Amino acid sequence: MMPAVAEERRAPRIVGVEFPFGHSFGMAGDKAMQRRVLELALRVLAGAAASGTRVDIDIEWPVPLRDAYKAWQPKEASPIVKKLLATWGRA
Amino acid sequence: MWAPFEKRLQASRIALLTSAGLYLKASQPKFDVVREQDNPEWGDPSWRSIPAGADAAEIGVAHLHINDQDILADPEIALPARMLSELASEGVVGGATAEHLSVMGYQDRGLEDWRLLTFPALVGVLRDRQADGLILAPA
Repeated sequence: MMPAVAEERRAPRIVGVEFPFGHSFGMAGDKAMQRRVLELALRVLAGAAASGTRVDIDIEWPVPLRDAYKAWQPKEASPIVKKLLATWGRA
Repeated sequence: MWAPFEKRLQASRIALLTSAGLYLKASQPKFDVVREQDNPEWGDPSWRSIPAGADAAEIGVAHLHINDQDILADPEIALPARMLSELASEGVVGGATAEHLSVMGYQDRGLEDWRLLTFPALVGVLRDRQADGLILAPA
């Protein structure tokens, strides 16, 4: 998740997964997907030759991303989001 | 910070760290989301140790920035402890630590408590458990 941010923060090894927040290893109940992500993470951990190595996983999230990214939002806006919305007059 | 991984994966003990705010409902305090409600720019810098064999029913989630429904149904999507144990039993990795680590992903910008308290404590635990490598899963 957010591999570009991980790169900016200079994480030494990065597995890029364009999954919704809270789903780092895949969909609930999908053990095959979870295994693929974990195995790739282990290969990158042990096999990366240099700092900043990034490998993006070749899995497309099986739900349209627009819907998926709405689904990961908490039912109630987080405190900082509420505060920012109030600051911007949109609460 | 970069450090070369010098052992073979098949001979290495691996630990997991999630920032999904997982905790054991029966024996550990929830991450302090009440204080965060009162002070939205603050995030609980404490950490929890999650046994590798913990059941989904034992695990709670305290993280105000994500929908926790799927993690509660299947904590493996945030902390794949059972999958890692499975890979260890197959010899893909040498082993897994008996406990994994959980923090809450939303932190204050200064990260002072994190730098001074949380991070050194986590490093100490990983050294005690003789972990050779750590997979960090953000949330």
